[in-house]
Amino acid sequence: MKIELNGEPVFYSTGSGKPADNAPTLVFVHGAGFDHSIWVMPARYFARHGWRVVAVDLPGHGRSGGALLTSIDQMADWVAQLIVAVSSDQQASVVGHSMGSLIAMSLAARYPDNVAKIALLGTSAPMPVSDVLLNAAMDNDQAAVDMTNVWSHSAKGRLGSSENPGLSNLHVGERLLQQAGRDVLYTDLAACNGFQAEALVPVQQPALVIIGDDDKMTPPRAGMAVAESLTDVRQRRLPGCGHSMLSEKPNEVLDELAGFLLL
Amino acid sequence: MSESKHRSPPTAGFDTMALHAGQSPDPTTGARATPIYQSAAFVFPDSDVAAGLFNIERAGHVYSRLSNPTNAVLEERMAALDHGVGAVVTASGQAAMHLAVTTLLGAGDHIVSSRSLYGGTHNLLEYTLSRFGISTTFVDPRDPAAFAAAIQDNTKLVFGEVLGNPGLEVLDIPKIAAIAHSHGLPLLVDATFATPYLCRPIDLGADLVMHSATKFLSGHGVVIGGVVVDGGTFDWMANDKFPTLSQPYAGFHDLVFAEEFGPQAFITRARKEGIRDFGACMAPMTAFQILQGLETLPLRMQRHVSNALAVAEFLQEHPMVESVSHPGLSSHPDFELAKQILPLGAGAVFSFELRGGREAGRVLIESLELFSHLANVGDAKSLVIHPASTTHHRVEEKALRAAGIGPGLVRLSVGLEDRKDLLSDLKGALRAVEKTMGKNQ
Repeated sequence: MKIELNGEPVFYSTGSGKPADNAPTLVFVHGAGFDHSIWVMPARYFARHGWRVVAVDLPGHGRSGGALLTSIDQMADWVAQLIVAVSSDQQASVVGHSMGSLIAMSLAARYPDNVAKIALLGTSAPMPVSDVLLNAAMDNDQAAVDMTNVWSHSAKGRLGSSENPGLSNLHVGERLLQQAGRDVLYTDLAACNGFQAEALVPVQQPALVIIGDDDKMTPPRAGMAVAESLTDVRQRRLPGCGHSMLSEKPNEVLDELAGFLLL
Repeated sequence: MSESKHRSPPTAGFDTMALHAGQSPDPTTGARATPIYQSAAFVFPDSDVAAGLFNIERAGHVYSRLSNPTNAVLEERMAALDHGVGAVVTASGQAAMHLAVTTLLGAGDHIVSSRSLYGGTHNLLEYTLSRFGISTTFVDPRDPAAFAAAIQDNTKLVFGEVLGNPGLEVLDIPKIAAIAHSHGLPLLVDATFATPYLCRPIDLGADLVMHSATKFLSGHGVVIGGVVVDGGTFDWMANDKFPTLSQPYAGFHDLVFAEEFGPQAFITRARKEGIRDFGACMAPMTAFQILQGLETLPLRMQRHVSNALAVAEFLQEHPMVESVSHPGLSSHPDFELAKQILPLGAGAVFSFELRGGREAGRVLIESLELFSHLANVGDAKSLVIHPASTTHHRVEEKALRAAGIGPGLVRLSVGLEDRKDLLSDLKGALRAVEKTMGKNQ
């Protein structure tokens, strides 16, 4: 689906949904350097279950135009505008992965009337990024793609054994990051690195935190700390799962999201 | 070329991936080897999960024509070895070629192909697909400009083999890929003779790869199978040439594959349409057997390559041999290119021309003892065929030459036997040829 926001083209996947006018809205927000396609399976699931699915490409990502946004709060401001533009009641539940989880947190804290529930996948607040990765990303070097991609997969996930028949998750991740435009990964990682959780008011909305036990990018203890900072939270841990939980454990992630959002 | 100052984290090497990619010990039984899931269908725990599997919301298996857990290990391993995002295994190499073509093309579309092809592929493109409205222009694989010149408005695909048949022309993949991409087209490469151990076309710019898995990937010559690997590199929405991926598909509730699946679009459509509807799926037992071969691919290919080069060098010096066509020999026109495209060796299939024409070929074949006379390549055992007295026995000499096949042309697929035994077998057979031809003079 292509719409226009602030004069710029915005793409989002509906998960092949044809929602009713008053369908609840569910926004999926991708992580650093990625796009909407990481959400293909949950997007299709919630679309079939009657939601207005908005698996969006952030500005300058995937098929969306516009300049890259340089801070998590700017990205949250933009998603808030998107929610108002596409939902029937100016409200949405928001599912975010990695950088997307920070955007969901910022949204929930700063636009409480526009956010019903948040689900945070592979999260950490703050979300520090190492200099070695930031510097490689600044140079648009393949090493930044490799670091992000390899560190995002569990030890088992790096050898494969994908639940999705015939897919090499490691190479899907690599390809998505390679296809991001120049400076996209760096700008996103720098935004994650600069995120200041303490500046936010406490999030009151119901929240789900999904933690991969073998997550090297946002380690389990960081995800648990986020969960502890939330008021109304359910926390789930996925054994043997890395940061790329949507490709490593797609069914378990889906079951957790469904259990939380379809309540 | 300057070295990057940044360093990528280490990942498992090719040999490790050939053994492990796509499989971990079975969590239920502890089985270390890949189990053979000899089941036509898989139970749904409830209706919503069933609907989710059909609607591509969940990962899993429904019916073994579409996917199977044993096949999935082979698919993922091949995707990992070829550096692709995904793969689909098929009933044969021909089925893989057909699946790749029909996932993208329909009636009225056109292919630009190297003319130096496996005979089965040539038949498919020249005669069979043309019955369904898909036409092909064949060009010299050594002439990149010819590929560009043959591209038409309705061209949707550029195709070639890493090592051509029978001349062993080496496809200049980076150049041909650049030409294809500059016209908004993907490059499909048949890497059967090379395997991912010797050449990974996706790393060189190709978008799609296919193999006959019957050959070196298996190595044992006991199964028929094929595989298509998607590099995930091509932007199917960059132009309007690929409606199967960029437009709603009524056969899947108006799904736009490229829109929803991103880099997995091609391989998802190939499975959800091509395997579903044409049905040329692989049997799980076949996938298991190919996996057994794949585990030793690196070791076997090293031996194949070194044995083949030794045999080629021996033949090159033999007085009964007019010429040898092997890209690892400096006499081959693509010797330099082969070093770039196939740095670990130019494969183990090659041809040579005997002095003495058809009769010499017949005598050689019938005098060989270790080399098996049959129509296959890539077996662990050495193989030989003489086209002029077998596959092309009805063809006149003039027509044979036009197809690049001399009357004394012999094709070898060099196996893993002791090198001295292979050379001894060839020496004996060539002595018999010499004797027969001497008598006939």
